[in-house]
Formats: sequence, C-alpha cells, structure tokens
Amino acid sequence: MTLLRCRGLRKTYAGHVVLDGLDLTVDEHRVVALIGASGSGKSTLLRCLNLLEPLDDGTIELDGQDVSDPRVDPDRVRRRIGMVFQSYNLFPHLSVLDNITLAPVRVHGRSRAEAAAQARELLDRVGLAAKADDYPDRLSGGQQQRVAIVRALANSPRLMLLDEVTSALDPELVGEVLTLIRDLKAEGMTMVLATHEMAFAREVADEVCFLDGGWVVESGPPERVLGDPTEPRTRQFLHRIIEARRL
Amino acid sequence: MTLAPPHLPPSPHVPSEAQRRRAAYRRRQTVTSVLVAAASTAVLGTLLVVAVTGAPGWDRVRASFGDPAVARDALPEVLTGLWLNVRLLVCCAAGALLLGLLIALARTLRGPVFFPVRALAAGYTYTFRGLPLIIVLYLLTLGVPGLRLQGMPSVLVLGGLALVLTYGGYLAEVFRAGIESVHPSQLAAARSLGLTYRQTMRHVVLPQAVRRVAPPLLNDVVAMQKDVGLVSLAGPIDAVRAAQIATAETFNYTPYIVAGVLFVLLAIPLIAVTDAVTLRAARRQGRSAR
Repeated sequence: MTLLRCRGLRKTYAGHVVLDGLDLTVDEHRVVALIGASGSGKSTLLRCLNLLEPLDDGTIELDGQDVSDPRVDPDRVRRRIGMVFQSYNLFPHLSVLDNITLAPVRVHGRSRAEAAAQARELLDRVGLAAKADDYPDRLSGGQQQRVAIVRALANSPRLMLLDEVTSALDPELVGEVLTLIRDLKAEGMTMVLATHEMAFAREVADEVCFLDGGWVVESGPPERVLGDPTEPRTRQFLHRIIEARRL
Repeated sequence: MTLAPPHLPPSPHVPSEAQRRRAAYRRRQTVTSVLVAAASTAVLGTLLVVAVTGAPGWDRVRASFGDPAVARDALPEVLTGLWLNVRLLVCCAAGALLLGLLIALARTLRGPVFFPVRALAAGYTYTFRGLPLIIVLYLLTLGVPGLRLQGMPSVLVLGGLALVLTYGGYLAEVFRAGIESVHPSQLAAARSLGLTYRQTMRHVVLPQAVRRVAPPLLNDVVAMQKDVGLVSLAGPIDAVRAAQIATAETFNYTPYIVAGVLFVLLAIPLIAVTDAVTLRAARRQGRSAR
C-alpha cells in the first residue's frame, strides 16, 4: 500500500532552485534511502515532507490525504510523521524522559504516568533505561541521537524521516545508531532516510534514490543503483565517494 | 617466570617526583601572592586614609556628613521610607517582568490578525525606552488625577504604574533577545513532534530563553531599586525623601549617608543572587557547549 506519494515538488530559496519537480513514492513498511551530494536537496525534501517548509509547487499525499492542501492543519500531519535531525536537537532544559514524553502528553493528551511508562519501555529497548533522568548534555552523541529517535517513536508515527542521523557522530558511535535503525526496519517501520553511509544504504534500504539537480535522477534496488548505475551522474557521484574513501 | 594475576586491583596513586615538585612550587607561589596582595592593600589603604583625613576641610565634612547623633535621630524616618521602597520594588519588579514578558511575546506573534498587537507592542517599547522616567511619573501622578475621573487610584499606585511602564519596555527587549537566541533547530524539532506554535513557545522556547536572560533581567531589577524612590517626586515619602526632610530640619547631611548605606545593604542580597544566577548559567552553557 502506498503511504507517501509526492508529485512535482518544487522548492526555491531566494531564486535558487533546490527541488525541481521531484516525484517520490514510498510504500508502507519500505525503507527508502536518499543519496546525493551536499546541497542536492535531501534535507530540504525531508523538511518539505514534514511540512516544515512551505512548497513552491507540487503535492504531498500521506495515507491518500493531500497534506499540501493549505486547509490541512500541519500540526495534525506532523503527529503522524517522526523526524530525526543530524544535530539531534534534543531540548537541553528537559531530562531525557521529559524530552520523550513532551509530545505524548501535550499533543496526544496522554497521562503523564502512561507516557512515562511508555518512554521507559522504549529507552529500555535501546539500552538507555539508566539515562532516563539525565539531561541531554550528559549523554554522548550516539546516546543523544538514540534518544532523539525514541522521542520521535513515542508519537507512534506512520512514517519516520531521518536526516543524516549519523553525520555528526564520531565513527565509533555510528554503529549504535545504525543498529537501532536496523531494528526499526525489522519491525516494519516505513522510513525515508538521507544518508552518506553507502554501505548502510545498501544493507537497510529497499530502494535507493539518487538526487541531483533537484529531482530523483535514478532509483531502484540498492544493488542496482549502487552497484551498477545506469545514469552517468550517479556513476560520477559514486566514483567520487570511492575516491574519497581511498584517501 | 611469574605472571601478574590478570585482574589486579588498581594500586593507590602515588604522585610522581615531578608532580610533587610542581605542587611545592605552586604552594610557594600562592604564599608569595597572598603576601604581595596584603602589602599593596595596606599601602593603598593608608594613602587613602591620610589623603582624606588630612584634607584641610575634613573636620567640617565629617561633622556635616557623619554625625552619629543626627544619624540616630534620622534612622526611624529613613527606615520607614525604605520600607516603602521595598514594597514598591517588589510590586513594580513583578509587574514590569510580567509586562515585559507579555510585550515580548506579543512581538513574536505571527499572522495578519495580530498586526495591531505587534505594532502596539513595538510602539510601546520604542516610546517607553526613550521617554525619561521623570516625565512618565509627572504625566501619570500629576496629569492623570487632573482628569478627575471616578475611582482614581492613589498617587502611589500611579507612580508605581509609571515605573512598571518604563521598566517594562527594557525588560521586554531583554526577553525578546532571549527568545530570539533559541536556535531555530529547537523550533523545528518541537514542531516536528506535532506541537503547535503556542505549545512550542510555552514548553520549548520560553524555558530556555528565560534561563538565558535571567542575569540581565535581575540586573535591571537592581537598577530599578534605585529608581523606585523617584515616586517621592509626587508626594509619597521614600527613604531619600525622608533623609531630605531630616536634612532640612538640622542642616546636617548625615541622613543622606544613612539612606545611602541602607540602599547598598538592601542591594547586596539582590546582587549576590544575580551573580549566583549568572555563574550557574555560565557553567551550564559551558557544559552544553562541549
């Protein structure tokens, strides 16, 4: 079943075209990886999907509902979408537990006790039960990012958007976050993730989309797009990445 | 050949020779610093005392500014006046903080409906930050009662209102700076969780903003403490006005010194709180910056 369908997305910043008629379809329980050079519009696309940025053209359908219609309340749409950012963006004045329960209590109107119990259960699953009462600045980057993922999951989202969630992490901390994403895939979570980790994209994604010039240049199963790309631009991009790794 | 057992408990740390030498050197340095500080303070203090007490007019000045008998007589009145200062400060500081917060929030409202609110709030901060407090005081305490409206509040309340209006303008700008210092990524994170704009302000932006600007806010309250006495221009007798009355009776200025000392004593706890809050904020910032 199709969960997300975008048609002709266009987004410009001060005359600079970032998204130029982009189409993207995501089926339920599927993981789509967005790859592409910095500035190719991966982050912008994710922000547009979460209605954090107004569109300049195009439509976004979530569960068959046109959420790009201005009459739709964006707050209600965002409740169904979880988003995780490159820089974690935990709330520094709230404890780990309060970070996670804020939306369930304030947005979904759950009782504090119920939300806290659910948060502790989620924290336990990601191995951070002992950190519930700590403040974010006492946590490592990898721990903060796992809390950020749990915070998004606490809303029981239909779709998760992950924006280069390992890019700000030290190499030895990347693994713990990727393991968590792997678990989410195993549970059937639908995800769109922007990433620079080609090996991870190959492993976890059902489909890889290569973005360039504001639209999807090439998409398909990871083995084909990453292993045997047909578009010259995709080849060039992958070639550059391999070269960089060799240095 | 013998092998060490694999899990030997760590032996207690014994400082190395180099570390012990460094510690001894630092101890010697500390002793030298304390001695130098004591000597230079003594020299400077002696010079000041000699210069002031040796001045030709010292005896006359001491008689008219430091007469213990006059100080004792003036103390009750000055204290009564000071009690008015304290009460006014508490009420006006609370009022100005509340007004400042409301104005700062009004300036962040978005959407065409709120245009008049935004414009009014901006106009208010421009006007009252520019207008001298004394003029606001005269307008409210002398002008407004002149309207002869029914149920007119007392001059004291009107004077307090003038203080709240003037300081509210400054505090609003401090609050606004705090709100704007919260990084947009915090707003994005809150909105992505489905929080409305209001909920984002209430639960994510304001708590961080207020914590960050608590030191400058308290600093403005310290400044306000000195200005609350200006309501005496309209009649109520505060500490400075009480000292002035006492001075007029005896032609001795000692009551002013009494009032000044009391003001400083009153300010010390407030300043200490401000410093403590600033230090805590700095420590917290330093920790999260890592």
